[in-house]
Amino acid sequence: MEKEYKTITKIAGPLIFVKKTEPIGYADMVKIQTPSGEIKTGQVLDTSDDVVVVQVFEGTSGLDVQTRVKFLGENIKLPVSEELLGRILNGAGKPIDGGPEIIPDEKIDITGAAINPVARASPSDFIQTGISTIDLMNTLVRGQKLPIFSGSGLPHNEIALQIARQAKVVGKETSFVVVFAAMGITNEEAQKFINDFEQTGALKRSVVFLNLADDPAVERLITPRMALTAAEYFAFKKDMHVLVILTDMTNYAESLREIGAAREEIPGRRGYPGYMYTDLASIYERAGIIHGKKGSVTQIPILTMIGDDITHPIPDLTGYITEGQIVLSRELHRKGIYPPIDVLPSLSRLMNLGIGPEKTREDHKQVSDQLYANYAEGRDLRGLAAIVGEESLAERDKKLLRFAAEFEDQFVRQGKNENREIKEGTLNTSWKLLSTLPENELIRISPDTKKKYHGKNLP
Amino acid sequence: MGTIYRITGPVVTAKGLQAKMYDVVKVGHEKLMGEVIQISDDKTIIQVYEDTSGLKPGEPVETTGEPLSVELGPGLLNSIYDGIQRPLPELKKGAGDFISRGLTAPALDRKKKWEFKPIVKKGDIVKAGTAIGTVKEFNTEHRILAGPKTRSGKVNEIKEGSFTVEETVCRLDNGESIRLMQKWPVRKGRTIEKKLLPNIPLITGQRIFDVMFPLAKGGVAAIPGPFGSGKTVSQQQLAKWADAEVIVYVGCGERGNEMTEVLEEFPRLIDPRTDQPLMNRTILIANTSNMPVAAREASIYTGITIAEYYRDMGYSVALMADSTSRWAEAMREISSRLQEMPGEEGYPSYLSTKLAEFYERAGRAKTLSGREGSVSVIGAVSPPGGDFSEPVTQSTLRVVKVFWALDAKLAQRRHFPSINWLTSYSLYPDILEKWFEENAAKDWRACVNRIMGILQEEDRLLEIVQLIGSDALPEKERITLRVARLIRETLLQQNAFHPIDTYCPPKKAYMMMRTILKYADLANSALESGTRAQKILDMKSKDRIVEVKFEKNYESFLKSIESEMEKEIKG
Repeated sequence: MEKEYKTITKIAGPLIFVKKTEPIGYADMVKIQTPSGEIKTGQVLDTSDDVVVVQVFEGTSGLDVQTRVKFLGENIKLPVSEELLGRILNGAGKPIDGGPEIIPDEKIDITGAAINPVARASPSDFIQTGISTIDLMNTLVRGQKLPIFSGSGLPHNEIALQIARQAKVVGKETSFVVVFAAMGITNEEAQKFINDFEQTGALKRSVVFLNLADDPAVERLITPRMALTAAEYFAFKKDMHVLVILTDMTNYAESLREIGAAREEIPGRRGYPGYMYTDLASIYERAGIIHGKKGSVTQIPILTMIGDDITHPIPDLTGYITEGQIVLSRELHRKGIYPPIDVLPSLSRLMNLGIGPEKTREDHKQVSDQLYANYAEGRDLRGLAAIVGEESLAERDKKLLRFAAEFEDQFVRQGKNENREIKEGTLNTSWKLLSTLPENELIRISPDTKKKYHGKNLP
Repeated sequence: MGTIYRITGPVVTAKGLQAKMYDVVKVGHEKLMGEVIQISDDKTIIQVYEDTSGLKPGEPVETTGEPLSVELGPGLLNSIYDGIQRPLPELKKGAGDFISRGLTAPALDRKKKWEFKPIVKKGDIVKAGTAIGTVKEFNTEHRILAGPKTRSGKVNEIKEGSFTVEETVCRLDNGESIRLMQKWPVRKGRTIEKKLLPNIPLITGQRIFDVMFPLAKGGVAAIPGPFGSGKTVSQQQLAKWADAEVIVYVGCGERGNEMTEVLEEFPRLIDPRTDQPLMNRTILIANTSNMPVAAREASIYTGITIAEYYRDMGYSVALMADSTSRWAEAMREISSRLQEMPGEEGYPSYLSTKLAEFYERAGRAKTLSGREGSVSVIGAVSPPGGDFSEPVTQSTLRVVKVFWALDAKLAQRRHFPSINWLTSYSLYPDILEKWFEENAAKDWRACVNRIMGILQEEDRLLEIVQLIGSDALPEKERITLRVARLIRETLLQQNAFHPIDTYCPPKKAYMMMRTILKYADLANSALESGTRAQKILDMKSKDRIVEVKFEKNYESFLKSIESEMEKEIKG
């Protein structure tokens, strides 16, 4: 069945056009042997009686019309087994850590299928990341997909690493298995990730997929799907809780655009293909919990907003699929605050499912609402203070202005290794801040709660 | 029978296929479901509702000869379907937690027996749309209708007893046989006798809707849904209380986890009128964002066809589509696969036509059986980046008559339902005026207009207050502000979780308006006769008006407040 063809008629960008004889399956995997003997892989993008269009993951350099093409008759599959843990693979799923080949339990189609909506269970377990701005105000829940919207030059990778290191479900011992997929990040960044994983011993419970900046761009289209296939395997077949970090989705989307352009498709907004929403959904939606299964997939995709523009198609479409977003701020970063998470545009849509008396503490929601309200007002006042001068502000406004500064300095700012416990660390820090304001200012907090925490000397 | 010529993503080209536009075809050895969307020369272009990986040129393509249709009959209520009416719980039983390819399951249970009671008897004339009998579907009387294409004739035989949906229960002398179940193509509106004016309100029991921005039965409304604006609670309140007998909820391209919330929440809701689960008169259609895009495009049509079917029985049906923006995106995607020349923002040039066509299927109608039924549509739009000038929102606003502007800022201030009273609108008050006059109060419209006027005045005054502070306002204006606050807190805010306030009949809403306006009148005339504004503002009785929300005997309660107010202002 596996015939070889030498009938390439056209090579354009990452695509080759093969005239063929046998019917070739859509999305089938392709092996390509260059005249120099190098083996490349590809996937069928368009197939018909006349011509088959193949996207070549490793790029088309070195190919000519004499190149041999072999259609493998099956979809791209990832060999999986528990041995994957602790391994480093390239963007196409091949080990690059010098270790042995993976002996698979099974091979799984990386396309994945949609979870039947009636099979899904509602996410409800609070994940403590140890980062106050996330835990208190944009709570992450097991089974959620919560992206980090960053900008170039902002420390999103550090934050992702910190989350990977510290994430745990309070009261449960099991730590997360981390599946890390890098798409088009630099070697330096990748080194940092791997070193960190090695140092903290996290690598033992991780799988790393690396597609670096100088790796073929087209390969990026399969890297996240490889990672998610591994994640689903661990979650739904091996009962593990998996945290998937995808960085950087912007590079992924650009590859998508590249292929679209090479196929001469009619582009949509800003040149991105019209099907980008569905394509992104087929990645982001691979998170969640299933009734009757013990494991879960939680996703933290990272994307850099081009020109810090949150209405750019990539963050815009992402925001419509994911359950909220964590937004990083250049202004905070310039002030030297780490993590520079701007809570105001950030949001976790599943927050209310994961907090409350039994999960975190009874004052969680109220404290979060109050901090949001006061910080928003304090930030607004900065504009006014810049015009009229701080001295001429009313007493109350001065207090709020100070509150906003203190909030950034004490609550937002924390060490890269500082793992704040939700009650003693995060919530009590919040109360220290709130205690600088008079009790009657705190209108989002019930009298009972105020009595219990306001102005008290908390640990 | 044709063969596959070309496959690119969800679009498959077949050759040698004798098919009509929009016919459903079975593609490949796995018989994946698809629909003909273009024919050129000997090539037929098909959008496939399932993942096409592994399909090969040369595989067979078969036409069913029928357009995409839904099954209509007993068993629809309490169901959860995907965009092409496959029952999701059945798929789960058959294929597990993930939706794999080539799955089929009948939309209606083939084995279940229904107790059929005939209405017509031997010798009666039956024509298209005649109700020949009934079946009890939970608490709903499911009327079995002769299909809209039935040729009229005399009843030869009519049965009574238990039947499955496929069994014939009635035969006519012209050879027509009628089963409990019928099929109807989703892209075509079901036949009706004629459309009626939408001059009856869809009473929702929510004051902000009924009083300020009423929706007519058979009307169309749009809700823009920015996040954190309390859309879910508003939708659930509508589902629970709107005087619609059947609810159809279409989750179109929504997030999986959010759909789960709906799927878990709806079965838990109790229908306040029957004390039974609300699901017993609800049909859910769930097509999440990662389920096939072509099925997402179809889901809206599937939903409205089912809604029309219940309308034809003479019921009032409310359809909620969440969200039509995702539906428009599905159209955009398929259009771009077809290499069509894009219109604005890449949407196909026929976007507004399709949206208008869909909304036009709503309406109040005299059905073929002579009864009156209605389909009201409430469509959510999610404009990207909150930009209302984008094509989907704009095209929607051109056809809908009611706009309920959910406002995240109000939600943050804990003002619920968080519908902004200044940006929302309804074009129905004129046509509904008569109904409210007859069924609520003679001066209903006049009261509503006065209330709206005060709220607009408040908005203007608040701008001034921000500059100079409220103490600097003239006395008359300060009273206006107080009245406006009373309106907001009493009339506009409503507690969905309080057993009494959760539903407010129009009568009660009217009484509330009247008492508030009475205070305004008393205050203004007192002011004119020289009473100090502070005294009027300090009146204790008016502060109690807000409590009426939680009062069952609102009439006597408000009467006593009114007389107290009179006493207080004189004294």
